[in-house]
Amino acid sequence: MAETHQDSSGSGGDFDLSQFYQIFFEEAGENLDQMEQMLLNLNLETADDEELNGIFRCAHSVKGGAATFGFTDVAELTHQMESLLDRLRRHELQPNAAMVDVLLESADASRSLLARHQSGEGGDAPPTGDLVRRISDLAAGNASPPPATVAVAAPPVVVPKPAPPKVAGVRSLQIEIGPLDRPDQADAIQELFRDIPGLGEIKALASERANMRVFAVGTSSSDEDLLDLFAFHVSREHIVIKENDAASADAPSDTSVHVASSYADDPPPGAPLAPLPGFGFFDGSPGAPAVVGGGASPVAGQSVAKVPAKTAAAGPAAQPEAATIRVAISKVDQLINLVGELVITQAMLAQNSRALDPAVYQQLLTGLADLDRNTRDLQESVMSIRMIPMSIVFSRFPRMLRDLATKLGKKVDFVTQGEATELDKGLVEKITDPLTHLVRNSCDHGVEMPADRIAAGKSETGTITLSASHQGGSIVIEVRDDGRGLSREKILSKARERGLDVSDQMSDADVWQLIFAPGFSTAAVVTDVSGRGVGMDVVKKNIAALNGTVEIDSSEGYGMKVSVRLPLTLAIMDGMSVGVGEEVYILPLSSVVESFQVKADAVSTVGQGAQLVKVREEYMPVIELEKVFQIPRFGQEKSCDIMVVVEADGSRVALLVDELLGQQQVVVKNLESNYRKVPNVSGATILGDGKVALILDTGALVRRSRH
Amino acid sequence: MGMMEKMDELASSGAREYLTFRLDQEEYGIDILKVQEIRGYERPTRVANAPNFIKGVVNLRGTIVPIVDMRLKFNCSKADYNSFTVVIILNLRNRIVGIVVDSVSDVMELPPESLKAAPEIDSVIDSGAVMGLGSLGDRMLILLDIERLMDGQEMGLVSGLD
Repeated sequence: MAETHQDSSGSGGDFDLSQFYQIFFEEAGENLDQMEQMLLNLNLETADDEELNGIFRCAHSVKGGAATFGFTDVAELTHQMESLLDRLRRHELQPNAAMVDVLLESADASRSLLARHQSGEGGDAPPTGDLVRRISDLAAGNASPPPATVAVAAPPVVVPKPAPPKVAGVRSLQIEIGPLDRPDQADAIQELFRDIPGLGEIKALASERANMRVFAVGTSSSDEDLLDLFAFHVSREHIVIKENDAASADAPSDTSVHVASSYADDPPPGAPLAPLPGFGFFDGSPGAPAVVGGGASPVAGQSVAKVPAKTAAAGPAAQPEAATIRVAISKVDQLINLVGELVITQAMLAQNSRALDPAVYQQLLTGLADLDRNTRDLQESVMSIRMIPMSIVFSRFPRMLRDLATKLGKKVDFVTQGEATELDKGLVEKITDPLTHLVRNSCDHGVEMPADRIAAGKSETGTITLSASHQGGSIVIEVRDDGRGLSREKILSKARERGLDVSDQMSDADVWQLIFAPGFSTAAVVTDVSGRGVGMDVVKKNIAALNGTVEIDSSEGYGMKVSVRLPLTLAIMDGMSVGVGEEVYILPLSSVVESFQVKADAVSTVGQGAQLVKVREEYMPVIELEKVFQIPRFGQEKSCDIMVVVEADGSRVALLVDELLGQQQVVVKNLESNYRKVPNVSGATILGDGKVALILDTGALVRRSRH
Repeated sequence: MGMMEKMDELASSGAREYLTFRLDQEEYGIDILKVQEIRGYERPTRVANAPNFIKGVVNLRGTIVPIVDMRLKFNCSKADYNSFTVVIILNLRNRIVGIVVDSVSDVMELPPESLKAAPEIDSVIDSGAVMGLGSLGDRMLILLDIERLMDGQEMGLVSGLD
């Protein structure tokens, strides 16, 4: 178990795991707290399975996470705890006080180990050898006497002892650039980090001097590599790289002097460089300001030394205090609801105040304008709470691709772009499976075998690129490969074989869409990869369920690109409001193809029932919303007939409505929470006047037309 | 739950407060703890294929709430909507429902001894939904188990309640 985790951290070597450290530390802390609570409440005589399993799960989660992130000391200790707990929950051993004691002590030790990793401090690790031995003794069934020092009942005091083991591969650096005539040159370095995947994270820190720039960087690259990169923008002598975690207990005062002195205005030239091991200084670089400043008093030095992590303000891992809080989704949803309501109220006020005389009601109108701005800001901030970066999704692919490529005997490079692009949490969870399928598909069907690639004049190694970006109100996720691409002929012949209606005149885009037809696979042989899991039709369906769309672009022999376009959040949707009788319905804009006015003679019937309308050489079924929703007519005549063509699941239908009212963003509300599922309706929303409008389920309407 | 047990439960729990409202000539009472608020009537958004007594859904500060007209449900002779029409917003476990009544009369406390078991009668009301009858002098109060009434299959509000 531990080995597998270890392995995964190794394979993701070029992937920066440090961004997930904070989440891990929080979760591990919670798990340890929970375990402690449960251990303390454990009744030794009557311990039931539920309790023992719960404690086991806590230890197991901590172990798994620790192993994944390469904190081997924590993983080792929790692994021992897990072994003991495993025997307990299997009733192979009877819990006793000594076990509880040793488990509590181990939990404390794990905590301090974690605290040390989190703060990135150096020093000796608290010894765990004794604990490990005692646990394994107990697990082996030897009743070893509890040690004299069992002080565990008291709440544990975490004493983060400084010790050096660094996170494998990732270093936390502080980079100072300057003095520069044009400090904005240094800003280009931030863009470097954005553009080059795997380079790491950069964060600008406040600099005390205008011609200096200070950055906190988490990277696995060597100092030399970084300097080479930066050399494109600033000269080497203006760069000073320091390691944050070098602020060790070995030489606290020296370190602090360095930190302090680098901020000093005029470092005396020629002052001796501090000969500190582990520092990323470049001896002899003429411009390096990192010299012992005469003005840095020992007092100031010590104060800095006490809080090295805070001073350096490096990546998330460097903050011992939790920088985030975990909140129940329902609370956030409640907040979003309330803000949505506020927006509607605000819109109503704005509408009602429009008629007022600005000269008389100047103050009121100014207030309303402020309210407008504040409401929008508030809405934006609230919506952003639910946003999480795409890197959470992307991070699962390198390992998967590596395994898959090995299995298939292919060589694949995996490139990710736009990992920082943020997406609604609900969407992230739902998009992961379709994306996984697309990436697998690229590796399985797209990228050729090395020999074939060479024969085709390409490099032996194929590249699969996964990118995310914002485009207007949506997010676009692309899966690209430089493999063999789609073959128009093959798809067409396959489609004919399956009896689909195709012609040689179809546009490429239409041909590519064919592979979304159920059961359609371009692979000549169904491998265990393509034959398993969801097909492309399911991918498309899942994405359509999120109000998203899928597009394919391909060129035979050069590769294929699948673009998935999603709304930024599930809670807000672009809608088109249509009027039927006196009622208003919302259509998801993503499924609206076109709308047009019809004359009665354009509609023909089949078998006295189903109506069809001819739209540019295509007959499509007509659905009269008036009939589907039994909309009453209060005597008034229709002004004209308008049809809105909607597409879902690859089919189109024309909806007959009275009028088009406009497009707007709508906040999607659940109808089922207080009422029930309504056929052909996917939800409800609240219009600007406070009235409820139903959102049509275009998928259901299309399916309905098929019977 | 049998009628007697229900009465026992009522009796053992001591006096309770009831919100009383009027439907046509009859007076009903519901457990005040189930009432969230009382509002005026606004025209709901009609929902297709719903029973006639479900008037539709309204926006209650961002929540979509179905509106049940009790007068239609109980076959009252008339069901007018005017500026005095009252909607009682109920909070039933995890569900919020509005009911339309002719008027809200009072909140009153009923001691257990003034509660009588309802006789078996033929009525549009599911007999299980009548908890009992309360007598207040010469007035008769029909105490409804509103939760049960709203959860009934024919209300069309059901979705996986136990």
